Amino acid sequence: MKKLIATGLAAVLTTTGLASAEGVVNLYNWGNYTSPELLTKFEAETGIKVNVTDYDSNDTALARIRQGGHGFDIVVPSNSYMQTWISEGLIVPLDKSIVSNHGNIAPEWVDVDFDPGRAYSVPWQWGTTGVIVNTSVYKGDINDAAVIFSPPDELKGKINVIPEMSDVMALAIYYAGGESCTTDMAVMRKVRDTLVEAKAHWKALDYGTVDAHVAGDFSAGIYWNGATMRARLQNADLAYGYPKTGYPIWMDSATVLADAQNPENAMKFINFILEPENAAMISNFARYANGVTGSEAFMDEVMRAAPEIVVAPELAAAGRFSPACSQEVNDLQSQIWTEVLQ
Amino acid sequence: MKRDSHRWKWILVSPALVVLILAASGPLLIVAVYSVLSPGNMGGVSWEFSTDAWFRVFFKRDIFDPENVTLNADHLAVFRRTLWLSFQTTLICAALGFPTAWFIATRPVNRRMVWLFLITVPFWTNLLIRTFAIQELIRNTGTLNTVLLWLGVIRQPLELMYSDFAVLLGMSYVFLPLMVLPLYAAMDKLDFRLVEAGYDLYASRLQVLWHVILPLVKPGFIAGSILVFIPSIGAYVTPRVLGGGRSMMMGNLIGLQFGQGRNWPLGSALAMVLLVIVVVALVFYLRITTREAGGRDGQS
Repeated sequence: MKKLIATGLAAVLTTTGLASAEGVVNLYNWGNYTSPELLTKFEAETGIKVNVTDYDSNDTALARIRQGGHGFDIVVPSNSYMQTWISEGLIVPLDKSIVSNHGNIAPEWVDVDFDPGRAYSVPWQWGTTGVIVNTSVYKGDINDAAVIFSPPDELKGKINVIPEMSDVMALAIYYAGGESCTTDMAVMRKVRDTLVEAKAHWKALDYGTVDAHVAGDFSAGIYWNGATMRARLQNADLAYGYPKTGYPIWMDSATVLADAQNPENAMKFINFILEPENAAMISNFARYANGVTGSEAFMDEVMRAAPEIVVAPELAAAGRFSPACSQEVNDLQSQIWTEVLQ
Repeated sequence: MKRDSHRWKWILVSPALVVLILAASGPLLIVAVYSVLSPGNMGGVSWEFSTDAWFRVFFKRDIFDPENVTLNADHLAVFRRTLWLSFQTTLICAALGFPTAWFIATRPVNRRMVWLFLITVPFWTNLLIRTFAIQELIRNTGTLNTVLLWLGVIRQPLELMYSDFAVLLGMSYVFLPLMVLPLYAAMDKLDFRLVEAGYDLYASRLQVLWHVILPLVKPGFIAGSILVFIPSIGAYVTPRVLGGGRSMMMGNLIGLQFGQGRNWPLGSALAMVLLVIVVVALVFYLRITTREAGGRDGQS
C-alpha cells in the first residue's frame, strides 16, 4: 500500500513538473469563441499549453475576476467594458518587448476611445449586433428593428433576445430615435415602454442559441453577425438584418490580467494572435472579422462575400460604434434593463 | 481531573465548530450585511447603508416618475411561480414515486437491489447534461414533436420549450429519485401481514391502500416531500435551461442580480427571502409530522 501511494505521488509530481517546465496560459473567453486549431498551433510552436474557460456575459467575467483567486491570465472584454477594467486596475499594459506584432493591428483599430493607442488590449474580433430572421416564416423587410420591438403576428412568441444589456439597449435607443448614451429622458422612457411591451412577445432571453435558430425553435431574434453566419451555414433560410434605424458595432479585445500567474506566456499568446494567419484562424472559427492587417488573405472563401460580414453600402452608415457611457447613463440603462429582464 | 476532560472535549470538538461557524454562519452573515448596502459600480457593493434593496424586493419605484410606487408585481410573480412549481413538482413526484417504490418493495429481496440501483443511475450523469437531454426531447424539432407529427396526432409542433411546463417536466424528472428512495425505505419496513389482515377483514383494495398502507408509509412521503420541495424552491439550472430566461424562478432572479442586474444588495435580500421561505416550509412540514406522532400516542 505504502509503495502504491509513493508511486502515485511520484506520478503526480512528474506530471506537474512536466507541465510547469513549458508552462501554461489560462484563457478566460466568451463561450464558443476560441478556435481549437489556434490553440493546437500555439502549443506546437511554443510548447505552452492553453486552458480555456468560458463565460457568457461581460458582467459574469467582470464579477469573477474582481473576486480574485480565479487563476486566469487573459480575458477578452467588449469595448463598452474596457474602461472599467482599466480604471479598476484589473488589467496591465502590454509588454511591447514581447508583443512585437503590435504594428499588425489595423490602423483604424489602434486609436480607439476605449483604449487609446492600444496600451492594454489587442483586437480579438469585432462585429455587429442585428437581427436574425427565419425567412421561411417572415417575408417582410429584415433590415428593421421593428421585427423584434414591434413584431409582426407571424413572429410573436418565436423571438429570442440575447441578454446582453449594451447591445439590446443600443438597438432600442436607436430605434427610439436617440443617440448612444443619450440622457434625453423622453427617449429613454420610450425605450423602456418599447422594451417592456415587446418582451410580452418574446419567447426567451437566452445565450448560446445557434442550434435553436437552426432547429427552428426560434424564428427571429437579436443576435450577433458571426453567430448568425454560423447558423445560416447550417440552415439557408436564416438571414441577418442590419436595422436601418441604427445598429451597434462592437469589438472584443484580448488583454492580460493584473493578477495573472503566467504573465509572460499571456503576452506571448497576445503576440501570437496578432499574426495575420492566426487571427484568420479565430475568424474562420467564430465567423467575425478581427482587425488584424493582412488576415483577410487567410480567411475562408465563405467569409469574403458573406452578407453577415460585408455590409451593403446603403446600410453601412447606420452602424455606430458604441462608446462607453457615463456612470449615470449606465445606471439608468441598468434600471431599465433589470425591469425588462424580470 | 473532570474539568480537564471537559476542556479536552471542547478542544477536540473545536475544529468541527470552527468549520460550522465559518462555513455556515460566515457566508450567511455576508449575505445579510450585503442586503443593507448600496449597489457598487457595475456590480459589487459600496459600503453605504441602504434599505433600498429590501424596499425593492416588494415595491417598485417608476424610473421616470419616482413618486409612483407600486407593489413589485414582477417579483411577486416569480415568488408565486417558484412556490407553485415546487408544489406541483412534489405532487407529481409523489404520484409517480409511490407506485415505483411499491413495485420495488414488492419484488423478491435479491432483486430489489437491482431496481434500486437502476433508480440511482441518472445521478451518474451531470444535471446539466440531463437537462439538455430533456431540451432535445421537447424542442420544436425534438423527438416528441417529430414522433407526434409522424403519427399524425398533431399538425403543428407543440411549443413546449421555454414555458412553465418545460420547467415542471425537468424538475419532476430530476427530483423523482429523491422521492422514490425514502418511500422505498418506508415500504421496506412495512409489515405485509397488516395488509393481509385488512383483506381478511373484508376491506376493499382502496380501503387497504387508504387506511393501512398510506398511514404506514407516511414518514416516507414526508421525508420525500422535504427532499423534493426544498431543492425545487432553490432550483437554478433547470429553469435556466428549460425556462430560457423567461419562466424565471427565485434562483434565477437572484442570479440575475449578481450578473446583468448589477444589484448585489437586491440579490442578497432576495436570497434572504428565499431562506425564510425554506425555513417556513420546513417548520410547516415538521409541525405536520409531530402532530401525527401526537395523534398516534392519543390513540394507543
